[in-house]
Amino acid sequence: MRIALEKRDSKSRKMAVIIPLASFVISLILGALVLAASRSNPLQAYQAMFNGAFGNARRFQYTIVEALPLLMCGLGVGIAFRLKFWNIGAEGQYVWGAIGITWVMQFWKFVPIPMLLPIGLLVGMILGALWAGVPGFLKAQWSVDETLTTLMLNYVAIGLAEYLYINAWKAPFGNMGTPEFPRETWLPPVWGKVHSGIYIALALVVILYFLLYKTRWGFELNMIGKNPRAARYQGVSIKKNIVIAMLLSGAICGLAGSVNTAAIAHRLTRGVDGGYGFTGIIIAWMSGLNPFASILVAFVMAALTTGADALQIAMRLPESMGEVLQGLVLIPLLAGSIFVEHRLVIIKKEAV
Amino acid sequence: MEFLTRLLAATIAMGTSLMYATLGEVYTEKSGILNLGMEGTMLMGALAGFATALATGNLFLAIIMAMIIGGLMSLIHAFLCVTMRANQVVSGLAITMFGTGLANFLGQRLGPASNNYNLIGTNLQAKFDNIAIPFLQDIPILGAFFNVSILTYALYIIVPFSWFYMYKTKHGLAIRAVGESPKTAAAMGLSVFRIRYLYTIIGGMFAGLGGACLSLSFTPSWNDGMTGGKGWIVIALVIFATWNPGKAVIGTLIFGGITSLQFSLQAAGVRMVIPTQFLAFAPYLITFLTLSVMTIINQNRKGAYAAPSALATPFAIDDK
Repeated sequence: MRIALEKRDSKSRKMAVIIPLASFVISLILGALVLAASRSNPLQAYQAMFNGAFGNARRFQYTIVEALPLLMCGLGVGIAFRLKFWNIGAEGQYVWGAIGITWVMQFWKFVPIPMLLPIGLLVGMILGALWAGVPGFLKAQWSVDETLTTLMLNYVAIGLAEYLYINAWKAPFGNMGTPEFPRETWLPPVWGKVHSGIYIALALVVILYFLLYKTRWGFELNMIGKNPRAARYQGVSIKKNIVIAMLLSGAICGLAGSVNTAAIAHRLTRGVDGGYGFTGIIIAWMSGLNPFASILVAFVMAALTTGADALQIAMRLPESMGEVLQGLVLIPLLAGSIFVEHRLVIIKKEAV
Repeated sequence: MEFLTRLLAATIAMGTSLMYATLGEVYTEKSGILNLGMEGTMLMGALAGFATALATGNLFLAIIMAMIIGGLMSLIHAFLCVTMRANQVVSGLAITMFGTGLANFLGQRLGPASNNYNLIGTNLQAKFDNIAIPFLQDIPILGAFFNVSILTYALYIIVPFSWFYMYKTKHGLAIRAVGESPKTAAAMGLSVFRIRYLYTIIGGMFAGLGGACLSLSFTPSWNDGMTGGKGWIVIALVIFATWNPGKAVIGTLIFGGITSLQFSLQAAGVRMVIPTQFLAFAPYLITFLTLSVMTIINQNRKGAYAAPSALATPFAIDDK
């Protein structure tokens, strides 16, 4: 007798709901063990985290603010993932978005002030798109491995940004970082700490849902990802679509960077490589590439981060507990993902 | 002259940590498993080594602990990627996230009560010191190779051995077969499952050891995120070395050299022509360019400069 995995006829919807929920519970239990082992009360700690993420309007707003760049990066990489194109360069594309808007704000003196913000966001998008387009083109033309190229380019972008805010573009006075953007160009708040980037992010969700599920192009992308041979027979250009998908993917990650810079730091400075791009990859994967599901996933991941910040304040526990829980939620989820398309069967007799 | 000697010494000291982890990742990737969890695994190894050395004063035990913890971290990766056929990129990122988070968390909880349970700011009674070999250490410049810690001397045996093992033994052949064409390997009677598990775990043990080199020898201390991205340089090094344990030495010396050059030049008071940040990202840029150019040049010779064909692809015996 042995246990084997058998492919299901169709994806199990029940499993697609049960597994994420079970994973979240398992991660909380495992996290509780870590907390207990380090001489702290897990229940107290989780309560502090919950209060930290949702306890009052202000904390709730912080969680939303934290979720926005995650959501946007998740949406961005999700487009490339549809083609089975592993864009793990979201971090670098995000950084280019931040560089782009800073460049406009600092040096494009000929632009009237009210136009600085829209142009800055646009330039951030374009630079992000170009940074993603290079590995996209290399893959399409010569099948250069995209996982490795996009990963390498992240650190080039981060190093370049560091050079800019420490040396070349540094403000003459004050700490490290470029001069602050003019106050008129900051993204205006809509609810307390929540800035108007939320409109951009939610609009993106709707637009991408429409593009990916309701247009011929979205259909083509899906076909390339699922069955490239069939796509080729249908006359779909795989090369062209890889490049377009990567440009769009990079543009959205770039936009995430420029929106966040215009809304929060208002300048290029330390912390621009905050890991939103890397977490975005996880958001895209966890949401099953569905834009609407990404909202929920980004929100939960953001809550773990803001909750952990509060843990530090309330219980003097290291805030890295947030990362521990983010990693822990993924492990059972990754392990369980196979049951969406497969089921366990017990084979009584060895069939040869 | 003295500058070169000092630069080489710094390169070797930093390269030791990189070299162990790179050897580990080469073996893992050769068997067809991409482990992007190196950064988290190395940091956990650094923590385990330091905490053990602090508690027991036994460096040998510290190294063993670092390797066990590194092996356990990649056991998770192997379970997810081999048994559960999960996505290797996401799994690797999860391991890095979990590993860095947990190491930084425990770093503030495993210390002595007198230091508020914090490991940061504590000092080891014993660390791996350099051992000079008489006469050999007096060779100009290259003498730096003969005034290093035992961790580096060990590499002088491990590196040639791991090259030999990969290319001249039947075990090495099995690893490469599993990484290139798991289906054929399985048909030949090799257990893809067992080989991938084994070399993913060994890869993690080496990564843990590489991390411990940092916290027990290079900068004997514990600090949040003290691997500082070395786990990602390792991923770059494996590509740059074309998945060859022998060539990894050259890559490690070049990358380690570039990284130490920033500090050596600053220390020597030389006015920097190239900004330090450019030196910091140079390894990644060089790897990106090498990978792209070599893939383009070798377009027609399939596999001449390529990752193991089955890298990052899950394998199931009953797949069609």
